Amino acid sequence: MQLLVIQRIFGLLVMVFSIALMPPIATGLIYGDGAVEPFVEAFVLTLGFGFLLYLPVRKHRKELRLRDGFLVVVLFWTVLGIAGGLPIYLSGVYDISITDAVFESISGITTTGATVIVGIDNLPHSLLLYRQELQWLGGMGIIVLAVAVLPMLGVGGMQLFRAETPGPVKDTKLTPRITETAKALWYIYLGLTVACCLAYWLAGMSFFDAMSHSFSTVAIGGFSTHDASIGYFDSTAIQFIAIVFMLLSGINFAIHFIAFRHRSLKPYQRDAEFRTYILVLFIVSIITVGYLQFMHTFDSTTESIIEGLFQVVSIGTTTGFTTAEYYSWPGFLPVLLLYVSFIGGCSGSTGGGIKVIRILLLVKQGVRELRRLVHPNAEFPVKIGKKPMPEKVIEAVWGFFAAYFAISALMILLLMATGLNQETAFSAVAACLNNLGPGLGDVGRNFSSINDPAKWILCMAMLLGRLEIFTLLVLFTPTFWKK
Amino acid sequence: MNIIILGAGQVGSTVATELAKEESNEITVVDTNQQILSELQDRLDLRTICGNGSYPGLLEDAGADDADMLIALTNSDEINMIACQVASSLFHTPTKIARIRSPEYLGRPGLFAEDSIPVDFMISPESLVTEYIYHLIEHPSALQVLDFAGGRAQLVAVKAFHGGLMVGRELKTMNDVVPGIDMRVAAIFRGGESIQPSAECVIEAEDEVFFLAAREHIPTVISEMRKLEKPNKRIMLAGGGNIGGQLAAMMEKDYQVKVIETNPARTRQLSATLNSTIVLLGDAANPDLLIEENIESMDVFCALTNDDEANILSSMLAKRMGAKKVMSLINRAAYVDLVESGLIDIAISPHQVTIGALLAHIRRGDVVAVHALRRGSAEAIEAIAHGDKTTSRVVGRPIEEINLPEGTRISAIVRGEDVIIAHHDTVIESEDHVILFLTDKKKIAAVEKLFQVGITYF
Repeated sequence: MQLLVIQRIFGLLVMVFSIALMPPIATGLIYGDGAVEPFVEAFVLTLGFGFLLYLPVRKHRKELRLRDGFLVVVLFWTVLGIAGGLPIYLSGVYDISITDAVFESISGITTTGATVIVGIDNLPHSLLLYRQELQWLGGMGIIVLAVAVLPMLGVGGMQLFRAETPGPVKDTKLTPRITETAKALWYIYLGLTVACCLAYWLAGMSFFDAMSHSFSTVAIGGFSTHDASIGYFDSTAIQFIAIVFMLLSGINFAIHFIAFRHRSLKPYQRDAEFRTYILVLFIVSIITVGYLQFMHTFDSTTESIIEGLFQVVSIGTTTGFTTAEYYSWPGFLPVLLLYVSFIGGCSGSTGGGIKVIRILLLVKQGVRELRRLVHPNAEFPVKIGKKPMPEKVIEAVWGFFAAYFAISALMILLLMATGLNQETAFSAVAACLNNLGPGLGDVGRNFSSINDPAKWILCMAMLLGRLEIFTLLVLFTPTFWKK
Repeated sequence: MNIIILGAGQVGSTVATELAKEESNEITVVDTNQQILSELQDRLDLRTICGNGSYPGLLEDAGADDADMLIALTNSDEINMIACQVASSLFHTPTKIARIRSPEYLGRPGLFAEDSIPVDFMISPESLVTEYIYHLIEHPSALQVLDFAGGRAQLVAVKAFHGGLMVGRELKTMNDVVPGIDMRVAAIFRGGESIQPSAECVIEAEDEVFFLAAREHIPTVISEMRKLEKPNKRIMLAGGGNIGGQLAAMMEKDYQVKVIETNPARTRQLSATLNSTIVLLGDAANPDLLIEENIESMDVFCALTNDDEANILSSMLAKRMGAKKVMSLINRAAYVDLVESGLIDIAISPHQVTIGALLAHIRRGDVVAVHALRRGSAEAIEAIAHGDKTTSRVVGRPIEEINLPEGTRISAIVRGEDVIIAHHDTVIESEDHVILFLTDKKKIAAVEKLFQVGITYF
């Protein structure tokens, strides 16, 4: 472990992050909403903290090793999650507690979108923008952004990149140089965001709302500037735009990149993960719409289709926007939707959950076991898109799956121990671990009613979910710390 | 530059490492072994793709469409050639370099042309290494010999000894010691540290001195540094592989050569092709065999097998048993430093030798050769000056007026058959081969630029 090198990079990253507090300050000045001060204070504190870390070790330029990468990434996410709560706490809106401020911040930066603030509509604009911005930064990954703008990370950039990128195969680079890859990803991300913002704006949102919602849509976050989320606008056009951009953002950005470069849609069609992703959402949509129609939840068929589709995509991609009160939908639907959120987005997307590719691998491996029963001597490789996957990846997927469920089981128990009922505990863990947002039961609308210890546990769940468990868990193993 | 490298073996990895260091290069490495690729990617900022490098689909994935260069370095000549063919026919890759080892292919110049097999440059690491060792044996006192301008000028590294004429004198008095011979000291190594060779610098015993001179002056200059050794006569080569075989064939006319090879089939094959060389079947690390073959009267013992450890051990054994000078082929860079200060006289790193030849093709601005000096103390570059005073930044100017990057010196110029040692007022002409030394690798790009015929000057 090269602690001094880690400290240098970390200090650098914290300083870079402090820039993220500038847009809210500008917004505050434009709207004159009186919430500029907390951001300035937080800016000074963050910048100062980063600088103090960086200054004594600025000469320690060495390549980051694999282990250092893990530590930097986890430190960065944890510390930023907590430091990100600073302006929210300092603003003192609704007498917010430290716990709530940190929860809100971590929920933002991990793109979960679970909120503890009720009365969002009345928040100052600067704070509203800040919440959305946190989501946007967390969506593609702040580390990826840092790698794109800090060329001096070198090979170390790759170590950081790998610890943050979601998905089972992390070695695929879009371009030979890691900085270029990171830049390419951010350009696509930025492009999607701008397109989304314009679409919302044209569909009738105010520019501020359009921008704010484009941030949380493309980041697959779920924060809104209104208590009623997307439902506030009551516009079919806006719902459709949201559906399209949530779907796009849930796709692996590498595919976007290749498709863009070749100006063709073929890469999508060739990608097995994409096909599965669409198929799953399609099937679930049909079931949902059919059942809503069958139970006469909505008055008209069109309403069932639109509401059903919107909710399936929103929850399936782990965004967590709501238009209807889905948690009060009939029968098995709420739980079905929560299950879909476990599948989540594609690897290399901004979505959460286990990721489609892992589920696909698990299913294919299950099928392989069945076929092996029939042909005990046959060799059946697990293939994705006609290419066999290395056994190592498949083993890792099993390990991930097991850890994911062990962690969720443990957290459900812990939450119940703090006094939550079973439905609330289960859905809260699913909503946070999958970086989804809204749950069922007491956390259907928001997370304000649950107790403080439960919120801290859920903060942990959100970080675990965003960093795909192992990156964070590896820090708790003794081997990691042995010299 | 966008470069695709096929093959992540010893040569491929070294090339990738060198090229990835330069920020302007984007590198994709292709190999069939995922393990090697993963290790490479952990270490370097490049992209790797697993698969057969001659397949069009794979080359497409590797970005052959907008690649500037394909370097095929797999261990199969045939795959390398086909990969170049595919890259040329389907992707119109501008520059294609292939590693071709088999003399069968190398001997036919018409084979590699744009309309037959489109390989722009061939490199054959084995031949390069063979030549390198041959030079070392030619000059018994030299630690390293590098050719410039087709061998007209040579750079030689020697160890200075007590009793050498130059030892204990300042460099500027060099001309008084041996009048009429022009030479230039390019670098001095003392106790593992590099010293800038200024005019006041005094050469001490045990210094490693790098000097540049015309080929015919080399023996005289060596004698200034130390007592000249007797020419080598009896050579023993351990390992009769590609390098050992070629070397024996080159040397057997002028030297008494013995080759030790462990593989019986290979011994038979060698003995069939070689005439006066004695081919021995056995293990070079077997003391009985060495005694039997008079190791104590050998002038040079060269360990040339594929196995670093075996090479090191057998050379150490030979040295202890009385061989006058031992050389060993060592692939691992970490071993080179380890053994050179100890029992082994010269460690030969095949990568260093190959990479210089390869990098020359990759350089822009008509750079003919780039060599790394022993222990990486400096780089030697040979570049050809083109154009005239208006289009070139070097032609028509005296050296003192040329805007050289920091830490770079022009040491000599080869004009036609003449080797001119550079002075501050020497004027460079068009088509001169200019030999430069630079201490900082990062400045290579600046030197390249200097020698490009620029449109900015019109």
